[in-house]
Amino acid sequence: MDRVLFGDNQFFGVNHMSEEKARAQAMRFQDLQAVVDVLDAAYQVGIRTFMCTTHDRVAEICDYFRVNRIKYPDYRFYPCMPYAHKYANAATELGIVGALRKFLPEDGAVSAMFRGGVALANKDIEAIMQMLVDAEMKMFDGLSTPVIFIQNVITDLLLGLGMRDAFRIFANHVRTRYGAEPGFITMNLPRLLDVLDEIGIENPIVCANVNKIGFRMCGGIDLYEKTIATRRFRPIAMSVLASGALSPREAIEYVCRQPKIESIVFGASSRGNIQQSKSLIDELSRSCEPAAVAP
Amino acid sequence: MLRVGMVGLGKMGLSHHAIVSAHPDVKVVAACDQTAYLTSVLTKYTGLKCYDDYDRLLAGESLDAVIIATPSKLHATMVESALERGLHVFCEKPFVLDVADGERLAAMAEAKGLVNQVGYHFRFVGAFQEAARIVNSGALGQVHHVRAEAFGPVVLRPKGGSWRSAKGEGGGALYDYACHALDLVTFIAGAPTSVSGVALNSIFSRDVEDEVYCTLNYASGATGQLSVNWSDESYRKMSTRISVWGTNGRITADRQECQIYLRAAHPATPDLRSGWTVKYTTDLTREVWYYLRGEEYSAQIDHFVRAIEDGRKDNVNSFRSALQADRLVSMILAGAGGTTKAASLAAAPPGGFWSRLFG
Repeated sequence: MDRVLFGDNQFFGVNHMSEEKARAQAMRFQDLQAVVDVLDAAYQVGIRTFMCTTHDRVAEICDYFRVNRIKYPDYRFYPCMPYAHKYANAATELGIVGALRKFLPEDGAVSAMFRGGVALANKDIEAIMQMLVDAEMKMFDGLSTPVIFIQNVITDLLLGLGMRDAFRIFANHVRTRYGAEPGFITMNLPRLLDVLDEIGIENPIVCANVNKIGFRMCGGIDLYEKTIATRRFRPIAMSVLASGALSPREAIEYVCRQPKIESIVFGASSRGNIQQSKSLIDELSRSCEPAAVAP
Repeated sequence: MLRVGMVGLGKMGLSHHAIVSAHPDVKVVAACDQTAYLTSVLTKYTGLKCYDDYDRLLAGESLDAVIIATPSKLHATMVESALERGLHVFCEKPFVLDVADGERLAAMAEAKGLVNQVGYHFRFVGAFQEAARIVNSGALGQVHHVRAEAFGPVVLRPKGGSWRSAKGEGGGALYDYACHALDLVTFIAGAPTSVSGVALNSIFSRDVEDEVYCTLNYASGATGQLSVNWSDESYRKMSTRISVWGTNGRITADRQECQIYLRAAHPATPDLRSGWTVKYTTDLTREVWYYLRGEEYSAQIDHFVRAIEDGRKDNVNSFRSALQADRLVSMILAGAGGTTKAASLAAAPPGGFWSRLFG
């Protein structure tokens, strides 16, 4: 994985610190060109991985990159599925089962599964998960997707419910069908690692909040630091700036001080901020202990 | 170890179940839901014991508490059955559809010394807690006006397939959305004593309202405005905002931030300067042991659990507290011309609404 990954919150009106700022960004990035300009600015400073949700608008971004393949020969996407509000809104309207059906292919086999009820439930959950992943992955057809993630709302829902097998089903499908590494986004890092260990997913790629003020680091900052230093997994740090609560140098310096952080994902909406963050990460990564990083 | 039964595994029920299951002091003994497909998957993959009938769950399991997240129409009877068996109860909002039921159940819970709590999670959001603290400190001076708003993209087309589009079941923007805003404004600025100028409009929905507007009137002479609309696609998700105006300034709070303007600094709030102070969720939110969708969802569950463990009688969001919102809802319905429309839809379709989803 590259050291620096680019995130997508700013493009879709997601800002965990301020609704006003989120709205301003949603307005600014309504047009594809505005999004592409920012991705270009990131590409120009060497950021060639876009870690993004499967929001409907990402399909437009994918179209652009498919058409302009020659301009971005080494570009990669790290899909993070699903875009939770798509399912949450559908669940509100149609119920949980109705929501799932909405996003599955409309064919006889699927209908039969749900009509068959309890008897078929046992085998079908695997098929349903695979179909949901495939539905989410459609927009990335033909693009490079070396790591595929489960979004934190779903990871943490499955984790809390105890549906551990879902992680294994996801990991297997992503490897087999897409030749990709499975990744897991979570707000509950230590707990997730325990479960992944138990079900035999070794050295997993896990993306979690890592920031100086312990914002949304469930289990506490001390436990996170210890976990990152001692447990066997491939950490990606997100929410490094704690949604804007920390100044860039201070924020990035903290993250770079943690040994073994493999990658940092951040989002920004201006060329200046992108360049500043990237050069801070480069500078502060060099001055820290080298991490043992998988190619 | 508290023994808990989860009642209703819809969108909120599943979310509560995940959070409760991760609580170190709680064991989820069993759950109850009528969606066979869902319960069979949960049983097979997580070993959860599931019932499809609430009375059988209560009779078959030895429980300390239940967490009820079924459609609103079912709340009153289910809460009552649980209280009769001496169980502590956490119930989703709105508490009840008929205030008389609510009064009776609040009294019953209190008489039996049972912890009772309703899922008004916004009271556990740091920014709103801060707003309540500041308003109650007197720093804004004499409060003369409040504004409570809730907007979101829930209903954007005519077709509705669930209980949320059926009035008699507790559907509609008033029961489902506005009650949050009503509870919040009560929390931050106190309960209004009457409402006026009620407008309940359908925009897309056939049978329920999509927007609610009214004036709120306070005993002090202060006024308020309620604006709720769940058919606004410009909002990515539910957005709730409360503003309070006083003679010494104004406060506006949403889930992420609290913006305070003071004309003059006030001794009760030494942390606030004259002029603007903005506080963000990053400063105001306390860490929880398990995070799913927001700290407030975990914090409210932890509060419920600790209230039971500590034998507290004064927990946040008690039935009696939640009734204030239900009373305001009744006043709004009365102000809109009564419940005629609701009465005609009170009878649920045969076979239950779940079977409508995938028959």
